[in-house]
Formats: sequence, structure tokens, C-alpha cells
Amino acid sequence: MLEVKSLSKNFGGVKAVRELDLAVNAGDIFGVIGPNGSGKSTLVNLISGVFPATAGEILFQGQSLSSLSPHARVKAGVARTFQNIRLFPGLTVWQNLWVARNSAEDTRAEGISYRWFRKSGPVKNEIDAMLEFSGLADKGDELASSLAFGEQRRLELARAAATKPRLLLLDEPAAGMNHDEIRDLDKRIRQLRQQGMTIILIEHVMDLVMGITDRIAVLNFGSKIAEGEPAAIQENKSVQEAYLGQSDGD
Amino acid sequence: MDYYLNLINTIGIHTLLGLSAYVLLLTGQLSMAQAGFFAVGAYSASVLTVIFGWSILPAIGLAMLITGFLAFLVGFPALRVRGLMLVVATLAFGEFVRLFFHNFRWRVTQDGVEVGPDGTMGFSEIRYFAEHGWTSWEVASLIWIFVIIVMALIWWADQTRSGAVLRAVGEDELAAGTVGIDVTVVKVAAMTAGGVIAGLAGSLYAHQITMLDHHAFTVLLATFAIAYPILGGVSNVFGTLVAVIFIQGLLVEGLRFLGDWRMLLFGALIVVVMNLKPRGLFDSQTLRWIKNVLRLRLSRRLS
Repeated sequence: MLEVKSLSKNFGGVKAVRELDLAVNAGDIFGVIGPNGSGKSTLVNLISGVFPATAGEILFQGQSLSSLSPHARVKAGVARTFQNIRLFPGLTVWQNLWVARNSAEDTRAEGISYRWFRKSGPVKNEIDAMLEFSGLADKGDELASSLAFGEQRRLELARAAATKPRLLLLDEPAAGMNHDEIRDLDKRIRQLRQQGMTIILIEHVMDLVMGITDRIAVLNFGSKIAEGEPAAIQENKSVQEAYLGQSDGD
Repeated sequence: MDYYLNLINTIGIHTLLGLSAYVLLLTGQLSMAQAGFFAVGAYSASVLTVIFGWSILPAIGLAMLITGFLAFLVGFPALRVRGLMLVVATLAFGEFVRLFFHNFRWRVTQDGVEVGPDGTMGFSEIRYFAEHGWTSWEVASLIWIFVIIVMALIWWADQTRSGAVLRAVGEDELAAGTVGIDVTVVKVAAMTAGGVIAGLAGSLYAHQITMLDHHAFTVLLATFAIAYPILGGVSNVFGTLVAVIFIQGLLVEGLRFLGDWRMLLFGALIVVVMNLKPRGLFDSQTLRWIKNVLRLRLSRRLS
């Protein structure tokens, strides 16, 4: 579904991502882990088109994404969330989801009649379902900025899902969450996969990553140092060294 | 009476000008080019009625199209800059337009009289209303019909998804792009719409005031244009109207006895509002409060 081929990104002299190769299968939940500064967020930014790659290629369903702007990549079926939440704070919860529904079919469906006060029709039903999904059913008319932190995270996830992506990039969705919220998130990610989305999960919370992913790639200093199933990654020597430092044999 | 009618007309025209900046402000673009678009609308509508003898409505229509097209062209380079740099770039454009009209001369002889824009001397004798026997009440009605139409259109657009998209771009451009909104299209569309509205305001202004002078289109006018929606807030179109009434009616006219000192008040007022109410006098908080008060009154009356 997604193929990343010898992808590199330099920021001045800093090589944030070097010669990275990845392949993600359709329907998988694919984990990307690594210590801080290993290039995980840069990878998400490159795939979602926030900034261009220095070299290399990103193929999504066989089509190269390199020349597409961020919004065109969403239309192609790639959506994302941000590590530091980026909602539209001055819009209501409802509007946050509304503006995200903008695939070609959506805009065609939303003729004048549905635009007017959104009182009925498939648009309302779908967005209500989204609100239900994110546990915000009774907060549709509140401003996004008035939501609690956990609610904002849920809304951002729902907003990304509202673009009806085939590939969803989650950049540390569990950051700052407590144990219950993480369990909730786990459930929601599985739900999204069931709806047919392929998911790339970037995360530091190992309980979540190890329990939910099908495959994991480990980055360190912008390069991939390991890839495999969760159990194998946990046993991997070079991964342990990257996280914990060289062992002195104890 | 004519004094008050003139004031009412000025308020109407400035409301349109303020709304043209309002549309841009929704997408987060602070444009100092609105006075320039206003001037283009004023001159092109007047040339059409005076030199080509067009009737007023088609002249206003074409002037709006011309201004809109110009704004569309300005919209693309404006995409490359944001924030303060956009202010500077649009300011430069506004001055360019003003100096163009400062030098713009196009005189033709009609019935033995020379008419048309005359460079530094300005463009006088825009006598469409007088020639066609419009009373000042009819002129005021024309202006306010346009004000009501534009306010209604913007208010309506705000209830639609398109309005939410404009605001989304204004809130966070990067996030807007990553939910599939084409930021380029939205920003250029807003710039174009703003140009069309400013062109409308300008063409009404030209025919109401009957003479144009490049001094009318300076940075001061551009500052007024953005001051209205900033002061009134971008939560609601009525904020802009209230701000215009406040500034033009109260500050500029009501305090006329203070002479030029009142402009000092104007500056101080903007500083105060920016500090106390950074989202404008009519931010969503205040609006909610007003709605609650109205609802209370209503329910008390009913019970």
C-alpha cells in the first residue's frame, strides 16, 4: 500500500531521515518507534507533504506522492494527526469535522440544501456517527478550544478519519494520556482498521505499540535499524541498545 | 438633513469597505490593499458612467468584475507572504494604485465640455445621480440595499460549509491543508471576493461624492478598512457595522470639535481594544452573552 524508497531529508546539515526504506501492507497497523530525534515525526511530515523530501520516493498504491501538495495527498487517501494537537480552535466541534469531509464525493453531495443549517441528510448522519465514535456526541456545538486535552485528541483523530483516508498516520496519539485513555485509544484505532484503514502508528507508549501493531520499524538517527513483528523487535539486540545504550554485560 | 444623509451614506460605504477586509481576515490575511481596490472600483465605475455613458448598475457590475479580477491577480503573489510581510506587500500595492490614479489622465469632450479623470487635478463632475434626477434619499437607499445584500450574503456564507472552510484556513493553515482543504484556492477566492466588495464600495463612493482625488485613497483609508473588522471582531458581520458606526459616526463626526486630536483617540482605541478584546468587540464570548440576555428578556416577557 505504502512504499518508501531510500527517502532522505536534510535540515541544513542535520540528516533527519537517511536512505529510509519502508513497505506497509494494506490493512496493517504498522508501528514506527525510536528514541527522541530519530526522525519519526519527520517521516510523518514527509509522507503527508508538510515539507518536501530531499531525496527518495514515496509511493502510495503505486502512485508517487512527491509532487502532490498536502491537500492533494488527503484526496489521494492519506490523512494524519499531529503530535501537538492542531485543531481549528475557533470552530465548533461539529465544524471541525465538517470541513474535513471534503473528498470529491462529499463536496458533490453537499449541495445548497445540505449546507443550509445542516439539519438533515447523510452529512448530518455521518458527522453524528463521528461524534459518537469520538465520545463527543453532546459537545458538537462547543468550540474546539473549550475541550479538555483528551477530548481534543479524540476530536483530532475523528477529524482525520472524517477525510475517509485509506492510510492514516498517527503521530504520537497517546502522548500525555493516562492509562484508561490509552485503552480507549487502542479500541478506537482497532475500530478504524476495521473500517478498512491502514494505519501507521508512531508512538513512545510501548504497551500500546506492542499490543496493537502487526509490524514495527525501529528508527535511530534517521535510519531503520530493525523491522519485524512486535515480539521479535522486543528481543532485538540493536533496538535495546538504541533505547537503553550499550549493555555492559549484566 | 443632507448632513445626516451624507453620514449615513459614508457609514454604508465604509461598512462595505470593512466587509471586504472582513472576508480576507477570516482566512487570516491582513490586507492593506483594500483602499487600492476601492480606488480601482471608484475610477472604473466613474469612467464607465461619465465617458461611456453607461447606466449606473451595469457600470457598478463591471467595476466589481474588474476589481475582482485585479484582486485575483494580487491574490497569487500574496500567497507567498503572510503576517507582517503581507501587510507590507499589500500596502505597496495600495500606494501603487493611488499613484497610478495620481497620474491617470483620460479627457474626452462631451457636448463641448471636457470630462474624465485629470491626473493630479482629480476626477470631478461624476454627475450621474444629478443628471438622472436621483434624490439623495434614493442614493442612500441604493447604497444601503447593497450593504444589506452583501451583509446577508456573507452572513449566509458563514452558515455554510464554505464559511467554515474559510475560518479553518484562518485558524490554522497547515492543519487545513492536512484535512484536504486547498489553501491556495481558499485564500485567492477570499482575496477575489474582498476585491469585488471593495470595488462595489468604491463605485458607490465615487457617484455619491461626485469627485475623486487620489488623496482619498491613502494608507488612512486602508487602515480604516482593516480597523473595522478588527474592532468589530470576525465572529459576526454585524460587528463590522457597529465598528463603522462607532468610528465614523462617533469618533470622526461626533467628536469633530476636537479637530485632529480625535485621530489620536482612534489610534488609542485600537490599542485598547487589541489589549482588552484581542478577538474584537464582538467575539464569540460577547455574542453568547448578548444572546443569553436577549433570551432572558424574551422568556421573562412571555411568562
